[in-house]
Amino acid sequence: MSKLLTLLFGRLPIGWLQLTHSRGRFIAAVAGVAFANLLVFMQLGIMGALNSSTIAPYEMLNADIILSSEDGNTLTDGGHIPRARMFQALGVSGVADATPIFIGNLPFTLDDGSSVSLLSFGMDVAKPGFATSSIAQSLASLSLENTVLLDEGTRGMPASVIKDLTSGGQLNFETGGNTLTAIGTMAVGGGFLADGMMIMSDQTFLRAFPSRSSRAPNHILIRTNDAVSVDAVVARLQAALPTSNLRIQSMQGSAANDLAYMSTERPTGIIFGFGVFMGILVGLVIVYQVLSTDVADHLREYATFKAMGYGQPFFLGIVFEEAIILAVFGFIPGFIVSVGLYAGLVSVTGLPVEMDTSRAILVFFGTLTACSLSGAIATRRLANADPADLF
Amino acid sequence: MDDPAIEVAQLNHFFGTGDARKQALFDINLTIPRGGLTILMGPSGSGKTTLLTLIGCLREVSEGTVKVLGQDVHGADEATLVGLRRRLGFIFQAHNLHESLTATQNVLMGLQVHGTGNPAKARAAAHHILDLLGLSERRDYLPGNLSGGQKQRVAVARALVANPEIVLADEPTAALDKASGRQVVEMLKLLGTARRTTTVMVTHDPRILEMADRIITLEDGRIVDDQQAS
Repeated sequence: MSKLLTLLFGRLPIGWLQLTHSRGRFIAAVAGVAFANLLVFMQLGIMGALNSSTIAPYEMLNADIILSSEDGNTLTDGGHIPRARMFQALGVSGVADATPIFIGNLPFTLDDGSSVSLLSFGMDVAKPGFATSSIAQSLASLSLENTVLLDEGTRGMPASVIKDLTSGGQLNFETGGNTLTAIGTMAVGGGFLADGMMIMSDQTFLRAFPSRSSRAPNHILIRTNDAVSVDAVVARLQAALPTSNLRIQSMQGSAANDLAYMSTERPTGIIFGFGVFMGILVGLVIVYQVLSTDVADHLREYATFKAMGYGQPFFLGIVFEEAIILAVFGFIPGFIVSVGLYAGLVSVTGLPVEMDTSRAILVFFGTLTACSLSGAIATRRLANADPADLF
Repeated sequence: MDDPAIEVAQLNHFFGTGDARKQALFDINLTIPRGGLTILMGPSGSGKTTLLTLIGCLREVSEGTVKVLGQDVHGADEATLVGLRRRLGFIFQAHNLHESLTATQNVLMGLQVHGTGNPAKARAAAHHILDLLGLSERRDYLPGNLSGGQKQRVAVARALVANPEIVLADEPTAALDKASGRQVVEMLKLLGTARRTTTVMVTHDPRILEMADRIITLEDGRIVDDQQAS
């Protein structure tokens, strides 16, 4: 390692030699950086799961524009809008088709007596084009009364039930005083809002939620003509429909707004964001403490080098060399342990916590930056190395 | 004709400011030609170490002129001072070796300040001077595994390996036994003859005095005696 770094830097790797000379301190410092990395990875992982589960319902739908209640916060959290808006929208130039969509939560009691919550979507099965292709092909079968498609990623759902459904079986279950029959599955997964999802016809939905009315869906989905831009149709709809209690957005814009809401306005998003900040702060403090102590311990040697004619860039180089070594050596175990913990979290909670390359790269460069910043602060102590004091 | 190695004229030096201002050197005038071993003597607090640090460009000159290798250091910018220090060799009373570096690596630091050059040649030069100082068996030892005398010899090797034009030494033989001390001073003398290296040494070691070319005595910040060796 020492020879490799000598080749790399074109000088003796004093930072590396200093760090490894005190092995106990080096191991403690690497463990500290790894712990900070672990904190950041876990917070980002859970935040990523929050984001994934926020936009997961969008991935079931195939539309260009969505009409929602003005007081709604996200796709699954908001009031109702008059179905009449759908008919008005269909009269606007550029609108090819529109459909209402109903959303609600239904409990599902498992054999062991525990209950899971299923986010249920009621759709017009005569318009399969508004669902993604994997769901659209099963949508027609949902025209049978009280039939549903069950999310095979539902948290807590026995594997045997899912296996039976995917191989053509059926499952009857009671919910809200009704008996529903799952006749197939779809793959979405649980999140923070519910343990899983369920799709049914709008008629089944209205039977399952007797207080809901067909005249007041949660949203209206719109598909535009291919020749017209989505933004142009949004503008036309905003001009044609009353916007005092109606929000008209592209589907992409709506998903982005939901993400922004969940990460900046909901406590969960803010808590995880704060957790990331705390992880970075812990890393900064640990690395600063290690580097600052290291500089203090070597002031006489640095003063000697100053007397010999070494300039400030040389000393900054040593401190930054140490910072980068700590960042790299701390990142590797932090990353490996985080991957293991992600897998554990997925198996326990069913949350979509995944280690993707962009997150790993982001955290690595974040670690490098944080360690360099700590190094930059620690270099202030170099000013105390006065060669005149050596005599 | 070469400039003298060191020229000091009307040098006054002060520490502190305001009421705490104290004068450490009074009207020092001194010219040291290239080559030779000059010894600074005097009781503690006489100003010899202050004079050594001023010649070594390690302190800012208060008043007067200090020329080192022809360059006036009074008011010189940091780059000039750093450039000058690279042409000097320092031997301190404490060895000040880097504890994480082996003897060879510590000596290499004396070469690396001039640029990386050829690593194999640099290493050979470091080994050569360590051999000359009787440390061939200790090249790869860390300072923690060397005796006090061995550490000091490594520090001497580090100061001399780049062939400095002036060597400034503060009690370099204090930690050495008689034979080692004599060996170090003889090497400095040899450099003075062969390469015209100038050595200015602060010492109280009577074993060294007889080897000096010139002995300057300071008391209370003033030169009170300046003798050439007979």
